[in-house]
This record gives sequence, structure tokens and C-alpha cells, in this order.
Amino acid sequence: MTAAKAPPADAPPPVPSAPAVPPVRTAPARRRLTPYWLLLPGVLWLLVFFALPMVYQASTSVQTGSLEEGYTVTWHFAVYGDALAEYWPHFVRSVLYAGTATALCLLLGYPLAYLIAFRAGRWRALLLVLVIAPFFTSFLIRTLAWKTILADGGPLVEILRTVGLLEVTALLGMTEGDRVLATPLAVVTGLTYNFLPFMILPLYTSLERIDPRLHEAAGDLYARPFTAFRQVTLPLSMPGVVSGTLLTFIPASGDYVNAELLGSTDTKMVGNVIQSQFLRVLDYPTAAALSFLLMAIVLIMVTVYIRRAGTEDLL
Amino acid sequence: MTDSTESGDLRLTGISKTYGGSFTAVHPLDLTVPHGAFFALLGASGCGKTTTLRMIAGLEDPTTGSVLLGDRDVTRLPPYKRPVNTVFQSYALFPHLSVYENVAFGLRRRGAARVRERVGDMLDLVQLGDLAARRPHQLSGGQQQRVAVARALINHPRVLLLDEPLGALDLKLRRQMQLELKRIQTEVGITFVHVTHDQEEAMSLADTVAVMNGGRVEQLGAPAELYENPRTTFVANFLGTSNLIGADVVSAGGGEVVVTASGVRLRLPAGRCATAPGADGRLLVGIRPEKMSLVHRDEADSVPAGRNRFTGTIAAAGFIGVSTQYLIDSPLGPGVEVYVQNIERDPRLTPGAEVVVHWNPEHSFGLDAAQDINSGVETAGDPS
Repeated sequence: MTAAKAPPADAPPPVPSAPAVPPVRTAPARRRLTPYWLLLPGVLWLLVFFALPMVYQASTSVQTGSLEEGYTVTWHFAVYGDALAEYWPHFVRSVLYAGTATALCLLLGYPLAYLIAFRAGRWRALLLVLVIAPFFTSFLIRTLAWKTILADGGPLVEILRTVGLLEVTALLGMTEGDRVLATPLAVVTGLTYNFLPFMILPLYTSLERIDPRLHEAAGDLYARPFTAFRQVTLPLSMPGVVSGTLLTFIPASGDYVNAELLGSTDTKMVGNVIQSQFLRVLDYPTAAALSFLLMAIVLIMVTVYIRRAGTEDLL
Repeated sequence: MTDSTESGDLRLTGISKTYGGSFTAVHPLDLTVPHGAFFALLGASGCGKTTTLRMIAGLEDPTTGSVLLGDRDVTRLPPYKRPVNTVFQSYALFPHLSVYENVAFGLRRRGAARVRERVGDMLDLVQLGDLAARRPHQLSGGQQQRVAVARALINHPRVLLLDEPLGALDLKLRRQMQLELKRIQTEVGITFVHVTHDQEEAMSLADTVAVMNGGRVEQLGAPAELYENPRTTFVANFLGTSNLIGADVVSAGGGEVVVTASGVRLRLPAGRCATAPGADGRLLVGIRPEKMSLVHRDEADSVPAGRNRFTGTIAAAGFIGVSTQYLIDSPLGPGVEVYVQNIERDPRLTPGAEVVVHWNPEHSFGLDAAQDINSGVETAGDPS
């Protein structure tokens, strides 16, 4: 900000070019300010729709009162402890479901992105369109469709049961009995499905940037195809892995639609609690505190993750 | 995978590559590169030289034929099992690894011993010892090129393949790296197969040059042999510059061929004719521009007897320091090129002057007149 204010303060001194040509002096000054004018709409937007709501939310979280008497700021920080104590299982579920979904997205998305980037040839553009194609249908409709796909006794569930996969997921605590709908598995499935494109696209972008001759060079230097992948392609695609996992994990951990539509009361995530506190219970301070807690947890996890991934110099 | 204890030639027998059943990049080709040779594949882009190299490396499967190293058929071996390493065009260094790890890559894959020592020695050989910790993007083009050579050479391949290794460097650096490559090759004694489109590079580096055109080897031989006795118009024009003159054979015998071109009698040695004169008695007479001399018409008498000569007019003169390049228009045709060394410059030799061009008949060569006379001329747009 000091840098922004400096130019006007310096503007008068350029006297050397003085002798009676004052209009010339103002033009460069105006030109110097142009970038800041161009920044203005964006800054205003952030101020009104990000900074102010954050401040408002923060103040809401430390208010006490009731709907009838109105809320006042009383710096009631205890609300954070209370919220965490009461809803910690929801936090655990949020992190667990979002984490599992992210891992599944990576497992499904990486081979697909690899295929599109290196093997698809002239089908590349078509495959990319197909990755994005689901977005042409409403998010809600697609999630509701999964309700039908995972319905009790439906063909998919029958297959999973016959193959014996449901017993495995039951052991992991992901399903119960012969059901898939209204279990953690259903919620994770929905999250995985909905966020898969956010994993594939950054992965594709970073894989596509890798010079295929690097893979050839690794082979030329005695690396078997898998070693070449592990030593060269994978490390070079880490920026895509990191941004893909972030773009999947962060929104998935705050999601409530999948848990709402595909889960049960036992699979509620923090998002569901926040939603009901805001819109049904009308306990605004608790809802705001939960939002901040979620944000803090995600922020800490992301920071640790990026540090450990060590991809700063590749980003 | 052995450490160069075995010796043996690199042999390509009947090797060819066809893409999609229609486009033939390399026509069936037989080639033997002696052990320890510096061999250059020279040609314009799209002539099949890089495809040939990639087939030796195992990066491309030949449609027919086989690749032999010594007595061992390696045609079906994947690249990672071939005792052959490549210096890629624009290097393909691993951007996420340091110079040290780039060079150590091949050794680590094979679980070699004394990695630190060997990488150190190799980096010293290419004079990059103090840059081991850097990443490739922190190096200049010339330094990257040396890392690429070191990375391949440290594995003691039976054959080192170089795909336009100097193509990305500027002219001055390229000259310097040519000397460096030659020094390294002499030092390590490994067979080098060098692909380039730069004829000077090929001639200055290689013991043997194969000139490729349209997926075929046009001619193969020592640089001086190719330059002095080109057998096709492509080689004559692509390797240096040649003046090619269409002529009718008058007589042939006694080791000498006499021809006339637009009324000018020329003689050339029968031993330097690539083919016997055709049934129609036509022949292309070729002379290198630096073999010809130029005198002003007033001194036509000073030209010794027994030399080939014709009279013409200077159309253009270009001074380039060591020599002056003249274009001479004459009955033989427009634009005969003559290079005259700038020892004593005759001030009368300016455009418009009448001159006598003369040369030793021994310096002429003869080519089959049935070919495209402009094949391989660099200004021609389509290289194939």
C-alpha cells in the first residue's frame, strides 16, 4: 500500500523537463495509476463479498442472545469449544469422507488423465469434453440419480453383494448389511463422483506439459517403463496431484448435499450441521463458529500437506 | 549392459520404417558402423536420419530388418535393455533432478557401484564439476548440452547416438562444442552416431558420413571423398556447393572424357565420372567453386594451356573476407559460382567485367545427367 501511494508523492520532483511544458508531466502520472484503477473492481468485489462477510461472520460467532431479543457481541469465545465438543464426530466424518473421496478421485483420475494426455491421440479433445460433460446437468439432479443407482436391491448393489464386495466394505464400516444407500459408502461415492473432474483437469494439465521425450530418455537410460514413470513422470506431475487433491478435498470437506441426499442421520458431515444450525435451529453463533472451525482445520491440513509434498519449485 | 569390454561393429541390415502402411520414412537400408568410429548421418529434415537413429536406440520398431551390435541381434530389445545411449535433440534433461542426479540416472537404474566417483569423473570430463548441484534450467544451452552428453556417456554405451545435439546452440558455441565432442570421442573411444543437417558439422566431426535423402542413403564415405567425388546431384549440391553443367559427350577413351556444352569444350577424367555417359551421350560436369580461377579478359593469354576454360561476364560479386564469391553469366548458363581467395585482388573484377574462368580438368567430376540438377540445393523449398 505504501508503494501505491509513493508515486504521487514523487510526482512533483521531476522538474528537469520543466521549461513550460506542464501538460506532458501529467500523462505519465496518469499512466502510472492505470494498473491500480484496473485493480479496483476486483478489490471492491473481494471487499464486499469476501472480507466483509468474513468480518460479519466472525462477529456473529461471538454474539449471544436469542431471536426475539436480538444478538449482541459479547465476545463469547466459549462457543468454539462448545461447538467442537458437541460436533467433533461430524468434523471427523467430514475429514474422513472427503479424504477417502479425494484418494479415490486420485486413483480413478490419474490413469484417466494419463491416458488422455499421452495415449488418446486424436480422441483427446473428445475425452476432455466427456470429463466435463456431466457439468451440463445440474449437480442436484446428478446426485439424486445416484439415489436410484445405489437403491436397495438395485442391479449395482446386487452385483456388489454377489461379488462379496459389500462384506469387505461392511468390515471397513462403510456399509451395513445389504444396503449401500444411506451408508458412508454412498456419501463417499457421491463425493467421488461429483469432484472427479476437479481432480482430472489439473492432473491432465500437468501431465500434458511433460515432454514425452523425458520418458524416452529415462527408458534410454535403463529405466523400465514403471521405473521411468515413478522416477520421472510422477514427480513431474506432482503440481497436478497437489492442486487436484486440494480442489477435491477442500470443497468436499465442506459439502453437505451428498450426505443429505445419499446418507443417513449417522453420516452427517459438518456441512449438514452448519446448514441446519443456520436455516432450521437458527443458532447463528454456533453455525458461524462451526464454519470458522472447519476453515481452520482445512487450512492447517492443507498447509501441512503442501509443505510435505514439497512441490514449491515445480508449481 | 557390459562396460565396453566387448568390441564389435554396429550393423543395420535391411532396416526400414513405414508409417501407417503408406509413408515410408526409411527405405531398406544396410549400414555398418565400425567400432570406435565417429559416424554422421547427414540430411535435410524429413530425410529419415532421425528415424534411423531412433531405430538403433530402440525408440522406434523397424518395419523390416535388424539391428546388430557385434554378433548380437538387439532388434527386439526394448531401449532399457540396449547397451546404447542417446543425446536427445534439445537434450530432454530431467527438470526435477540436479545435474548430478541427471548424470547418475543411468548408473542408479543399473545399480552400479562407485556412483559418486564416476559421476564426479564424468562431470570433470565435460568440465561441469562445479555445477553438480544446479538444476538444468539454471544452466546455459552449452552447459545443458554437456550434461546431456555426460548423462549418456557415463553408461559406457557400445554406441552413443546424438540427435542434432548442437542444433539449439548459436553458431559460435556450436563450433566450440564440435571441438569438444571430437575431443570427448577421441578420449573415450566409443562409437558415435551423429545425426545432423549441418554439412560442415558432419564433415568436420565424422570419419564417415552417410548422406541421406528421401529415406535412402545417397552416398557414404569419408568427408573428403564425398566432397571431391559426389555420385549424385543431391550430394554434390547438399555437401558444399557445386556448379553443374549439362554437356554432350564428344569422345571417351584413354582415361579422359571430352564433352561440349554450348560450344565450349571441356575435359574431365573418366575415373571421376559416377556413371558411364548415357545412351543419349549426356553428362553433368561438376566443379566446386573454389577450384576455379578467374582472370580479366585482357589477360586471357596468361591462362596455361590444357586447362578447361570459358568466357563470361561477372553478374555479381560478394566480398566475404577470406574470399570473394563471384556469379558468372556465360553461354554455359547463368550463375556459375567462383570463389577467389583474397590474396591479390584484381580491381577490374567487378560486375559487368568480361572474364575467363579456368580450372584444372582433373578437378571436374561427372554425374548422371538423368537426375534433377537442382536436387539438394539449399534454397529449394522441399527437402525430399
